[in-house]
Amino acid sequence: MSVAFLAQFCTTIRKPPQAVPAVPAVPAVPAVPCYHGLMESASAASDAAFQARIEAGVKIEPKDAMPEAYRKTLIRQISQHAHSEIVGQLPEGNWISRAPTLQRKAILLAKVQDEAGHGLYLYCAAETLGVSRDQLIAELLSGKAKYSSIFNYPTLTWADIGAIGWLVDGAAIMNQIPLCRCSYGPYARAMVRICKEESFHQRQGFDILLALSRGSAAQKAMAQDALNRWWWPSLMMFGPPDEQSAHSAQSMAWKIKLISNDGLRQKFVDQTVPQAEYLGLRVPDPALKWNPERGHYDIGPIAWEEFNAVIRGQGPCNHERLAARRQAHEDGAWVREAALAYAAKHQKQDAVA
Amino acid sequence: MFDIALFMGDTDLILSQRLGEWCGHAPVLEEDLALANTALDLLGQARLWLSLAGELEGRGRSEDDLAFLSDAGEFRNLLLVEQPNGDYAQTMLRQYFFDTWHQLELARLGQAAGRVAEIAAKAATENAYHVRRSRDWVFQMGDGTEESHSRAQAAADRLWPYAGEMFHGDSGPLRAPWIEEVRATFAQATLEVPAATWAHRGGRDGIHTEALGHLLAEMQFLQRAYPGARW
Amino acid sequence: MSAVRDWPLWEVFIRSQHGVAHKHVGSLHAASAEAALCAARDVYTRRHEGVSIWVVPSAAITASSPGEREPLFEPANNKVYRHPGFFQVPPEVKNL
Repeated sequence: MSVAFLAQFCTTIRKPPQAVPAVPAVPAVPAVPCYHGLMESASAASDAAFQARIEAGVKIEPKDAMPEAYRKTLIRQISQHAHSEIVGQLPEGNWISRAPTLQRKAILLAKVQDEAGHGLYLYCAAETLGVSRDQLIAELLSGKAKYSSIFNYPTLTWADIGAIGWLVDGAAIMNQIPLCRCSYGPYARAMVRICKEESFHQRQGFDILLALSRGSAAQKAMAQDALNRWWWPSLMMFGPPDEQSAHSAQSMAWKIKLISNDGLRQKFVDQTVPQAEYLGLRVPDPALKWNPERGHYDIGPIAWEEFNAVIRGQGPCNHERLAARRQAHEDGAWVREAALAYAAKHQKQDAVA
Repeated sequence: MFDIALFMGDTDLILSQRLGEWCGHAPVLEEDLALANTALDLLGQARLWLSLAGELEGRGRSEDDLAFLSDAGEFRNLLLVEQPNGDYAQTMLRQYFFDTWHQLELARLGQAAGRVAEIAAKAATENAYHVRRSRDWVFQMGDGTEESHSRAQAAADRLWPYAGEMFHGDSGPLRAPWIEEVRATFAQATLEVPAATWAHRGGRDGIHTEALGHLLAEMQFLQRAYPGARW
Repeated sequence: MSAVRDWPLWEVFIRSQHGVAHKHVGSLHAASAEAALCAARDVYTRRHEGVSIWVVPSAAITASSPGEREPLFEPANNKVYRHPGFFQVPPEVKNL
C-alpha cells in the first residue's frame, strides 16, 4: 500500500517525516463489496475531502463516503462498459460456426468467451455501488442504457473478425489501460484483469488480417473491404470531440476518465496507420496525412451524424443486437428459476441442526 | 485405430460446433462461459483425434482437411451430437447422455496403446468436470420447477432413441454401466427413464440425419468458397 | 419481460499456489454453493490461475465500516516500531 494511505491519518503532513524510515503500511481489510451495507452519504463539505483523496491517488472502495454524482456516474460508466462486452459477443459470435480452420475457431471461441467474462467482472464491479445485475440488464434490454456504438455494425465477412480484433479491441485497449489507474478500486481491479486477458485479442485480429494480406487476390480484397467499413466507426468509438463531450470534465477530475476523447483518438490513429501500411491496406481517409509539425497524423472529418444516428438506435444492427439479448434473457428465465428452486429445496434438506 | 480416431474426432467436433451456437445466447452469463469452456475442451480433443486420424490414414490429410473438406457421408460422429440444441433442457440432456458415455468410452480407450490412450487420458480429465456439470443441470432441471421438469422430461424422451448408438460394436459393454448411471441420476432428478427400446443408428457408418448437412454447409462454407486458401 | 429473482451474489477467493493465501478475485452469481464453485472455476481459472477456490455468499461477509477505520487501525499505525523497517540496521549486519 502507499504513503497516501497513511496520509489519511496524518492531517498536517502528506508524507511521513524524514527522520522516520518509511514504514510498510498496515495491510488493509480486503475490500469486499458489501452492497447490503449502508453507504455513508457525503455532505457538500466532505466533497472537498473526497476530491483531496482522489488527488492523493487514494483508491475509493465500496463502502467509502462518496458524492452521489460520483456513484451514479460510475454506475453509468461501468455498466455501459459491461453492456458493450456482452453485446460485443454477438457480431463476433456470428462467425464462430464459420471460422475457416479449427484453430481459428478455437481462438475466436476463446475470445468471445473472454468478452462474456469481461462483462461479468464489470457487472460485479458495478454491483459494489448498490445496484443489482438484474437492474442493469433490465436497463439494457429496455433500450434505456447505452453500449458502445461499434457493436451495432454487422460482421459481413471473415475479414470483419480480423478488423474487429485489430481496430475495435485496439481502441478498447487504449481506453482500458489508463482505467487500471482509475480512482474506484473494484473498477480498477476489474480493468487490470481485463487488460491481462485482452492482450491476445488485438493480436488475434491482426493475425487474421496478416494471413489474408498474404493470401489470394480475393482474400486481400476481403481485408481491404473490411477496413473500409470498420475504420470510421472505430474512430467514433472514442466518443464525440472533447468540446462536445458532456461528462468529460467532471469525470476527469474524479479520475474515472483519464485521457480525453480526442487524445485517445489521435493516439489510436498514430499507432494504427503504420500497422495498416504493414498489411498493405489503404486507410479509407483521403485526408489522412502525416503532419511533421504536430508530430501526428492529420485525419479527415468524422461523420458525426452517423455516430449520432447509431446512438439513437438507427444503426444497421441496433434492433438485432437488443432483440438477441432480450430473447436470450426471456428464453433463459425458466432455467434461472429452476436453479433457484432446486437450491431452495436442497438448502432446507441440507440445513445443519 | 483410424476408425476410432475419426469417430471420436468427428463426434467431439460436431458437439463442439453445437455448443458454440450458444455463445452470446445462454440463459445467464456464467453459463455462457461454462458452455464455451466445454466447447473449447471438446474442440481441443477433436483436433487431437483428427490429427491422429490423418496421420494413421497416411494420405496427408490434416485435421482441417478432414473437418472442412469431407462430405456428410464421410463423417463418423454419433447421431446424438448432431441433434439441434433446442432449449436448454435439450442441450443439457444431450450433454449429460454424451458425457456419461464419454467417461466410460475414454476409460475403455485408455487401455489401448500409444497415442489413442494418451489422448483418451487427457480427454478423461476434462470430461470428469463436464459430466459433473451436466449431471448437476439434470438435477436442477428435473427437480427444479414444474416447467423445468416437463422440459427436461420432454428432452430425455426426444433424445433417448439416439442413445443406443453409443453402445455399438466394442462399446457394447458400456451400455449396462451407462444405464445404471442414468437411472440413478434420473431417480434423484425425479425424471422417468424413457421406456423406448429401439434406437437410431447410422452415424458411425456415415448415414446421418438431415441436421448434419446444414451444420456442415455452415461450418465448411469458407473453405469451399475459397478452395486452397490459407487462413 | 419476466421479473425473475436474481441469482445470489458470491465472492470468489483463489489460492494460486500452495503456501500462498487465498486472494479475492471478484464475484459472480450462482443459485447454490456447488454451482458457485463450478462457475468460479469456469470464470476465474480459465488461464490456470487456481489451486484452491473458496466461494462465500456476499451477504455473509461482514466488513468494517470506513468510519471505524481509526479505532480499528490507528493503534497499530502508532506502534510503528512493530515494523521491521523502523529499525536501522547497519549494512555490515547480515541475516537480520
